[in-house]
Amino acid sequence: MAITRSKPKMGIKERYASMTRDLGWETSYQPMDKVFPYDKFEGIKIHDWDAWVDPFRLTMDAYWKYQSEKERKLYAVIDSFAQNNGQMGITDARYLNAIKLFITGVSPLEYAAHRGFAFAGRHFRGVGMRVASQMQSIDELRHAQTQLHAMSHYNKFFGGMHSSHLMYDRVWYLSVPKSYFDDAMTAGPFEFLTAISFSFEYVLTNLLFVPFMSGAAHNGDMATVTFGFSAQSDESRHMTLGIEIIKFMLEQDEANLPIVQRWIDKWFWRGYRLLALVSMMMDYMLPKRVMSWREAWEIYFEEAGTALFEDLSRYGLKMPKYYEVANWEKDHLSHQVWSTFYNYAGATAFHTWMPNDNEMEWLRDKYPDSFEKHYQPRFEHFIKEQKKGNRFFNNTLPMLCQTCQIPFIFTEPGDPTTTCFRETHYKGNRYNFCSDGCKDIFEQEPEKYIQAWLPVYQIYQGNCGGKEIEDVLRWYNFNLGEDNGEYLDSPDYDLWTQWKESQSRAV
Amino acid sequence: MSRNVSITLLNNEDARPVVQAIEKDNPACIINHLPSLVKVDMAGALRINRQTVEEILGREWNVQDIHLCLVSLSGEVEEEDDFFELSWK
Repeated sequence: MAITRSKPKMGIKERYASMTRDLGWETSYQPMDKVFPYDKFEGIKIHDWDAWVDPFRLTMDAYWKYQSEKERKLYAVIDSFAQNNGQMGITDARYLNAIKLFITGVSPLEYAAHRGFAFAGRHFRGVGMRVASQMQSIDELRHAQTQLHAMSHYNKFFGGMHSSHLMYDRVWYLSVPKSYFDDAMTAGPFEFLTAISFSFEYVLTNLLFVPFMSGAAHNGDMATVTFGFSAQSDESRHMTLGIEIIKFMLEQDEANLPIVQRWIDKWFWRGYRLLALVSMMMDYMLPKRVMSWREAWEIYFEEAGTALFEDLSRYGLKMPKYYEVANWEKDHLSHQVWSTFYNYAGATAFHTWMPNDNEMEWLRDKYPDSFEKHYQPRFEHFIKEQKKGNRFFNNTLPMLCQTCQIPFIFTEPGDPTTTCFRETHYKGNRYNFCSDGCKDIFEQEPEKYIQAWLPVYQIYQGNCGGKEIEDVLRWYNFNLGEDNGEYLDSPDYDLWTQWKESQSRAV
Repeated sequence: MSRNVSITLLNNEDARPVVQAIEKDNPACIINHLPSLVKVDMAGALRINRQTVEEILGREWNVQDIHLCLVSLSGEVEEEDDFFELSWK
């Protein structure tokens, strides 16, 4: 069947040219260098700003059309979710701890990205890049808002979701995502795009959003699935901005290559460390699992990332430094992180627990080379103690890595029985690191990282509400005994059990 | 061996005709179903033709409508009035 089609006034290319390029001009009252003061100091040389093109060729008019369509769909679902008591349809209330981590650790990043891209969207002198950054800035604000709206329904019933932005600013483990993004936002516009658009959005974001949203779908969380995919549909545009900016910098001047390579090395490692939180979510926090962290890493980094860097090798770009370490750690990462959070459950705004027998079997199956040997015995010990009434809570404050701000929980590459520990000296002080990757990053820019706001050190200096752990947790705005602690002893668990019992009585 | 490109779409009514069009025009593609997602892999390059989607839908379809159901991609994007293509250079 032939479809009769009305002929558009302008083709896609023509429309893109008139709606981006034609909106910019060469300033005459003020020199361009004064109007755009931040796009040169990083050392990136650009000869022809017009060489940058958005391959999607999305213009503002089309942008509003598609975004409003996405919003209409999303809010219809959020509404129906709330009206139909969607919170009762999830697989298990344990699942919501992943949501608590998301709302406190990821949604504030969306807001930070909104700010970062607003800056980039002002400060590039190339108008194509400005328009793409401005759209992304609006996208990110939309993501932060829709996530808060979608999750607010769970907040009516469950703990840990009431103060996400305050917690993001104060809580010890949330300084990991916060410091990551603050590092990017305090860089210049080219490094910011390399960090967020390329290293995070292009190389790593699939590891966050795709398994997470598939996980939500698998666990009956319609609200999260819908905002997740609504956000993710913007993400493809963001990823494309990321790859195009890298190609643009490398094509403009070969002197840009070493700068770009250093940024990619840095931001791959920082992003990878940040994703440690996602690894435990996938392997431990989803009652019905989609795929293991190891499988996701293989699909989305080893396969897709390798194809990408082979493609970019024509510019002389190499795989990010220490990617082999990340590949090796895929068998260990989630177990080491979950074990740590189980330890520190007294000081987290979400609950932790030990895997049940079926889950242990799944872990053995997915991690044949590591789980049974290195992690199962530790977990069995925790379970045995918990059954005797000695649920383990670690009440010490751990030393933190100066760069990624994660405690020293990772092991030596190739040796899962030895804690990895690195140090360096700068201006008479010793600084400590969890890995060679984090140490290298510090040594490139020590003046930046000696200013790091490390939560544990701030607690010891008396800047976090008081000298007792409880004072600190109150300063975090935790509802003690509700937000924190073991899942089986939580009000979430009690409420969920009541609901399930009343449902079975009704049957 | 040519490297894989990949596109991930929602598993919904907006995406179904697009996936069918991909299958028709790229017979060697591999379709993977995940919860709520469809991930299509293809060696070398993958092309979505507007005309094929329109034939399946029975109405007009704009290539940029793909933004409503796009989740993720791997490969370099080329978008024109009549097609959307992913490839590695």
